[in-house]
Amino acid sequence: MADRNQQQEVVMSLDEQNPETVKADLLRRYPIKIARKRSKQIVVNKVGACDDVPQISSNVRTIPGLIGQRGCCYAGCKGVVLGPTRDIINITHGPIGCGFYSWLTRRNQTDPDSSEDKHNFIPYCFSTDMQDEEIIFGGERKLRKAIQEAYDNFKPKAIAVFATCPVGLIGDDIHSVCREMKEKLGINVFGFSCEGYKGVSQSAGHHIANNQIFKHVVGLDDTVREGEYKVNLLGEYNIGGDAFEIDRIFKKCGISIVSTYSGNSSIDDFSNSHTADLNLIMCHRSINYVAEMMDKKYGIPWIKINFIGAEATAKSLRKIAGYFNDQKLIDRVEQVIAEELPEVKKAYLEIRPRTEGKKVMLFVGGSRAHHYQELFNELGMKILSAGYEFAHRDDYEGRKVIPSIKVDADSRNIEELEVTPDPGKYSPRKSPEEMNALENQGIKFSDYEGMMPAMKDGTLIIDDISQFETDAMIEIFKPDIFCAGIKEKYSVQKHGIPLKQLHSYDYGGPYAGFKGAINFYKEIDRMVNSKVWGYIKAPWEKNPELTATYAWG
Amino acid sequence: MKSMIEQRSAKEYTATKNACKLCAPLGASLVFKGIEGAIPLLHGSQGCSTYIRRYLISHFKEPVDIACSNFAEETAIFGGGMNLKIALQNIHQQYDPSLVGIATTCLSETIGDDVPMFLREYAEQHRNEKTAPLVHVSTPSYQGTHMQGFHNAVLATVKSVTTTGNFSNIGHVNIFPGMVSPADLRYLKEILTDFQIPYMMLPDYSKTLDGSIWSEYQLIPEGGTTVEMIRCSGNAAGSLEFGRILSREKQSAGKWLREKFHVDCHHLGLPIGINETDRFFQVLEILSGRPTPDKYREERGRLIDSYVDGHKHMIAAKVALYGEEDLVVGMAAFFSEIGIQPVLCASGDHSGYLKEEIARLFPSDLDQSIRVMDNADFMDIESAVQDIKPDLIVGNSKGFAMARRLGIPMVRIGFPIHDRVDASRKLHLGYRGTQQLFDRIANKLIEYRQASSTVGYTYM
Repeated sequence: MADRNQQQEVVMSLDEQNPETVKADLLRRYPIKIARKRSKQIVVNKVGACDDVPQISSNVRTIPGLIGQRGCCYAGCKGVVLGPTRDIINITHGPIGCGFYSWLTRRNQTDPDSSEDKHNFIPYCFSTDMQDEEIIFGGERKLRKAIQEAYDNFKPKAIAVFATCPVGLIGDDIHSVCREMKEKLGINVFGFSCEGYKGVSQSAGHHIANNQIFKHVVGLDDTVREGEYKVNLLGEYNIGGDAFEIDRIFKKCGISIVSTYSGNSSIDDFSNSHTADLNLIMCHRSINYVAEMMDKKYGIPWIKINFIGAEATAKSLRKIAGYFNDQKLIDRVEQVIAEELPEVKKAYLEIRPRTEGKKVMLFVGGSRAHHYQELFNELGMKILSAGYEFAHRDDYEGRKVIPSIKVDADSRNIEELEVTPDPGKYSPRKSPEEMNALENQGIKFSDYEGMMPAMKDGTLIIDDISQFETDAMIEIFKPDIFCAGIKEKYSVQKHGIPLKQLHSYDYGGPYAGFKGAINFYKEIDRMVNSKVWGYIKAPWEKNPELTATYAWG
Repeated sequence: MKSMIEQRSAKEYTATKNACKLCAPLGASLVFKGIEGAIPLLHGSQGCSTYIRRYLISHFKEPVDIACSNFAEETAIFGGGMNLKIALQNIHQQYDPSLVGIATTCLSETIGDDVPMFLREYAEQHRNEKTAPLVHVSTPSYQGTHMQGFHNAVLATVKSVTTTGNFSNIGHVNIFPGMVSPADLRYLKEILTDFQIPYMMLPDYSKTLDGSIWSEYQLIPEGGTTVEMIRCSGNAAGSLEFGRILSREKQSAGKWLREKFHVDCHHLGLPIGINETDRFFQVLEILSGRPTPDKYREERGRLIDSYVDGHKHMIAAKVALYGEEDLVVGMAAFFSEIGIQPVLCASGDHSGYLKEEIARLFPSDLDQSIRVMDNADFMDIESAVQDIKPDLIVGNSKGFAMARRLGIPMVRIGFPIHDRVDASRKLHLGYRGTQQLFDRIANKLIEYRQASSTVGYTYM
């Protein structure tokens, strides 16, 4: 009896508050119907046997009037997944805003010198800049001319066309225009029906991007490149040079990257990516579709890895070596870890006394809110609450819940490709027996355990947090650092709390791998221990009694 | 004599490459951020509010909350009435706003949502509750640029909030400054206060978008034009409206108030440079019946003194200038005073008046050669700049890539400035703003010449 009470007390306490009461507080200002909906998206974590966690409602529509942080389908498709590819000309078919706002704002880095043609179209923003007359009479003619111009000016290998909201409504058939221009120009031209109103967030755009890249690009080039231990790195967008750091470590280990989706990427790498022997998934949410389809069509297994956090990096490297099951690679990986870790350890041992016990909240992305917990754990910091902007239940609770996810109208509207083994190119990289043996050694294929099982009981998991709830959480818990993006940055900092941008890294980085971890520790140290927060109150505000005494005296 | 001013028929291409304009709902959102207690609401899909917030926030480095009616696929088919009403109800319950500014997006415009009808229905359904004034402005991004969105939102606000009634006559002045920086707005208020002129400035985001750190939590950042003052705008002693281009448009808030309420409207250029600022101060003297305070006489004196002293660094320098049309006209007027040749005046807008307004500043008997390009994108601008080889590029931060490629020094003005920390604090207007522009430009030219000299002079 005593035990049970004690256990209950542990579960119900979050930084000396009752998380259930906090949740009730957050919902108090909403009308009943909306409070009911939000209450399913705000969950008090409790990890049970077999890593079972409470169900969280996610990938559902944001309620109108709740100021959230989500982007649209177009943003996920053009901005996130296709944007970082340097040698595809991306044409936004629509009025000017969409193209303009997605022009070089994600800070993806790329290295054009690594391609023979050195093409790099990332600094350019092409838009059909639709006007009234196109909305009325249709924009296909203008799109055709825009594609021709892009070709005449730059002679690219590929052109991609992205539809914005009005395009779907006025009935422009971008796919037939693309087919026609592909034939005419003799280069790859393909379209994405990623109108902003599709799906419930940018997540729909990721799916559409994955489908079209798979349909139009993957598998076009069968050249088997030189190199051992060939992998694709999926869902790594090379913000702040993360992919460069991962590449550095891989090179040291002797692992060859065929393609990265889509940081520092080239369309040639995508075309050839079906020749890799293993798919590694960083951001599960944005890219798991491509991994699943490559598994079915070409027989390439996928594993979830994470290169955010020094320990996580070491663990991921060992997983890769375990998969290839080659002593040379296993030894090499151990050697690299042994070489890299001492410096990392030195950095966090020096910083940790200043960060230990500080409170963190992370509300970001569809993977980052999970991945970055590794780095904060390494600094001895305490995670109070976390959530994603656009993730699905499997990103929270683990892939085991996929069969129980109800497919709603918004998800049904996004095409699911029918994929079957390719008659000529399907070749399972491992036999069923080998796969079994690897699984028995603890390598989990096609699996992601989700964020919640890795978090403490009593922490608050909040999906698609609103600006209003963000402000309330800050008022209640006064965290030492808040992780989100530029939209939340300055409002959080008005409260006197630093905000670390985990979309664009506050223009720093890399944070992946071993060197990235050190960068991150240093930056968090600087942010949570900055002197500026001590200056907020003026001396006369700090000591009102003194002023009063003077006045009285 | 043949006019040397040449109008480039910009757009040799169909596609826009690296646009030099933003979309209309952004301008409207900015206006609503300048009204006290107001929440902007975009009627359409959530990407628009997210993108626009990101852009405004990165420039002002302040919180910018913009709500959205969050269209889904079926909303796009069946219409957005229900979503708009839910959004309005939620905003009222969370924020208790003093005004909700509703700007439409391409999506709701393309499907033809009847927003005024939805708003009437909402008001009817909630007639027993406290409802904030609801201002609707139509801002499809396929019509005009962010500037049309801005001016239309000012007009829509004045139109729907101003009431006839017996307000005590405080002899105030309406001022419609256009899209200028928070520092500019603060300075304008200081000037009006020094002239002892009561005013209604719309918008006024000097505090909401350039606030101090909060000692107490604010649901909606404090500051902004009060709804009460906007309500009285029909009762003002006069209106001031900045922008030579705006003054030629059919509609504006100042013109509407003149027609409807007989409020006299003074159309002025953006007060940049001595001439336009002098005109502004002359109007203030008339409106207030007071002479220009000494503080400003001294500012003007120092400015002229610096024109004289700095002349040797500026004379015959060639500048490529781009941005919103009214900003370009204002800057060109200033350049005309200090011997700088604005060899390229470009804008992504296309009112059709840019060429004439620039020509007015540079009578054709002057030995000037100026390219005026409207409806231009950065590809057009860059190819012209490559041709002309100016000494300096002046415009927003989106021109940086071009400046870097061509190795030409650059001075940042206007919006957006995403690569410097002081966008909100940059001053452009009045004697003081002109002084800052003059100093920044002169120093940039000196810095460049100093750095590229083989000698390494420390004495310039």
